[in-house]
Amino acid sequence: MSSKSPDVEALIAQKYRHGFVTDIESDSFPPGLDESVVAAISRKKNEPQFLLDWRLKAFRHWLTMREPVWAHVRFDPIDYQDISYYSAPRAKADAPKSIDEVDPKLLATYEKLGIPLHERARLAGVAVDAVFDSVSVATTFKDKLAKAGVIFCSFSDAVRDHPELIEQYLGSVVPPGDNFYAALNSAVFSDGSFVYVPRGVRCPMELSTYFRINAAKTGQFERTLIVAAEGASVSYLEGCTAPMRDENQLHAAVVELVALDDARIKYSTVQNWYPGDENGVGGIYNFVTKRGECRGRNSKISWTQVETGSAITWKYPSCVLRGEGSVGEFYSVAVTSHRQQADTGTKMIHIGRNTKSTIVAKGISAGRATSAYRGLVKVLPSAEGARNFTQCDSLLMGPHCEAHTFPYMEVRNPSATVEHEASTSKIGEDQLFYCLQRGISAEDAVNMIVSGFCKAVFKELPMEFAVEAQNLLSVSLEGAVG
Amino acid sequence: MLSIVDLQARIAGKTILNGIDLEVRPGEVHAIMGPNGSGKSTLAQVLAGREEYEVTAGRVDFDGRDLLAMPAEERARAGLFLGFQYPVEIPGVNNVYLLKAALNAKRRAAGQPEVDAYEFLALVREKMRIMQMNESFLSRGVNEGFSGGEKKRNEILQMLVLEPKLAILDETDSGLDIDALKVVAQGVNTLRHPERAVVLVTHYQRLLDYVVPDHVHVLARGRIIKSGDRSLALELERRGYDWLLESKVA
Ligand SMILES: Nc1ncnc2c1ncn2[C@@H]1O[C@H](COP(=O)(O)OP(=O)(O)OP(=O)(O)O)[C@@H](O)[C@H]1O
Ligand SMILES: [Mg+2]
Repeated sequence: MSSKSPDVEALIAQKYRHGFVTDIESDSFPPGLDESVVAAISRKKNEPQFLLDWRLKAFRHWLTMREPVWAHVRFDPIDYQDISYYSAPRAKADAPKSIDEVDPKLLATYEKLGIPLHERARLAGVAVDAVFDSVSVATTFKDKLAKAGVIFCSFSDAVRDHPELIEQYLGSVVPPGDNFYAALNSAVFSDGSFVYVPRGVRCPMELSTYFRINAAKTGQFERTLIVAAEGASVSYLEGCTAPMRDENQLHAAVVELVALDDARIKYSTVQNWYPGDENGVGGIYNFVTKRGECRGRNSKISWTQVETGSAITWKYPSCVLRGEGSVGEFYSVAVTSHRQQADTGTKMIHIGRNTKSTIVAKGISAGRATSAYRGLVKVLPSAEGARNFTQCDSLLMGPHCEAHTFPYMEVRNPSATVEHEASTSKIGEDQLFYCLQRGISAEDAVNMIVSGFCKAVFKELPMEFAVEAQNLLSVSLEGAVG
Repeated sequence: MLSIVDLQARIAGKTILNGIDLEVRPGEVHAIMGPNGSGKSTLAQVLAGREEYEVTAGRVDFDGRDLLAMPAEERARAGLFLGFQYPVEIPGVNNVYLLKAALNAKRRAAGQPEVDAYEFLALVREKMRIMQMNESFLSRGVNEGFSGGEKKRNEILQMLVLEPKLAILDETDSGLDIDALKVVAQGVNTLRHPERAVVLVTHYQRLLDYVVPDHVHVLARGRIIKSGDRSLALELERRGYDWLLESKVA
């Protein structure tokens, strides 16, 4: 097919809207990593001894590990000694006690990102924890949540105020030595969010964390831990952006979810880290370990992700379905354009009887990007009556991009049903022409076709964010129409 | 309204249109017939602005404008509608959403305000009644899982909502059952108007019983080799194309 026609490729030239830098004084460690750096991070945060020991153990383990090489991504070796492992905006005096004491430059940054933190302008019905480089700068609606018994705070605050919960649950889903990046994170993680929803409580509002990388030459290593006790339910969303820089920055986060009996956790991600420019210069390396454990009977964990950013994405939000009758879900849209690379998918580990999982993964590649779906469905002998349904679809825009699918299945219980459907389609010149012939502009047409393709995933996002995701998608695929 | 002079076009290095001349005036219905592969759909697509086809010679004037210089979406907004021989499926995009986007694109281009939701729904409902389509088609994906006949009906529904000046319908009658054929014909007749014109590409004279053409053309090997009135279609039905093709070779 001739590429002369309404240029699908030109349509995807990407503009990144969150690429500004906030000029703020920060306290940063010099680049480099050894035990003293790990200890210094722990000291900065006045951590209890158990946590320091935990970090050091993870660090020593990390030293023995190597980066995984099986993912379908390529990048130059990362020099871990050339990264600063801690950067925080310099506090005026003590940590701000209320939003009014937060540096106005920081508030302005979040305002610009569309996340107003001020009482009067806040997103209605959504509590936000704002994480800037290595620290949480503000958490909204804390009091209102506390009334309902919900703990929602920065990870550092949680370590200080609820050390027993941290000690009980930290690393209980993703052990420190789980993989190279998780081990690194366990050693040097600086902040993140903590959520605890007690027995029988439905969290009265959406919770969200907004991650922002600002400082150069730093990595962001945050840690999120969400625990829903018996019968509790919570919906949580994270958003991420970073400035445009020529260098690659590492983001290696760990997210752990624990759902006890009858608990429900819905975790949504709108990931829009800086993807690099059209030649593949710069951008975030997003190497993230996310795992939830349905520890209790009839519990449910649902991951929804819309991934449009990052130079390289390496993440597999997974569910360990231990409790009888527990349910795991994974809904994903991954968009790669220019020279972005994504290797993403999920793991569903069926351990309990009658556990059920659903996977719907949509990959969209454009330009010279590659995207791979990698999924594992594992049914252990104990998982009598387990069921899985997997659907993964790829949409290719233009002739130079790639999509790959790597579904792995390991079924060790004969009563299990595992279904897999896959498709790859090209954004049809036919579909595009059809819309043009109806008078619709090429840009609108591409947006329409792509969001149609993603519909099954978007409908899983909390309502407040479905629109945001939709917009993000249009921005990612926006460009000059010839 | 539409004036085609010596139009030549090729694709993949192969010349498909070999010099087409055709004059369509307001209010007229033209039928274009011809053997498989003779270039009928190519002509329709070239007129609609599909850029895969390379126009190598000729001029097309549409309502005083140089049609070939306009991009496809502008041609559509200027009132040219193509009913596709094979309407494409666009999964997940609501039929009604596409329709509204199309209508609004056209209205914006004409400097009119966008249609409001209430007005729009009333309009679509009225047109759906003409096409005897169930409202459930609105919320389904564009042509997604539609039967062959349903897709064709949907094309005519879009045409009725957009009210084009010139509708080129590429085998809209193929694959329709007898009742559906009547419904589609009725849809086309609803659009007829002294200011509008219709070009029907068809293999069957039956459609022409319901939508009576003013002119019938035979397209073969990329040329219009014969034009006539309605009786030509009847003759073709009886005799096929061989007699025309042979006389051309001789
Ligand atoms: N993309 C293409 N590459 C090569 N040849 C093509 C292409 N598109 C069309 N053709 C050729 O052009 C010729 C005309 O095709 P066209 O679809 O216009 O015929 P038609 O008259 O509409 O036929 P039918 O009655 O079967 O619909 C055919 O020989 C077809 O194979
Ligand atoms: Mg044809």
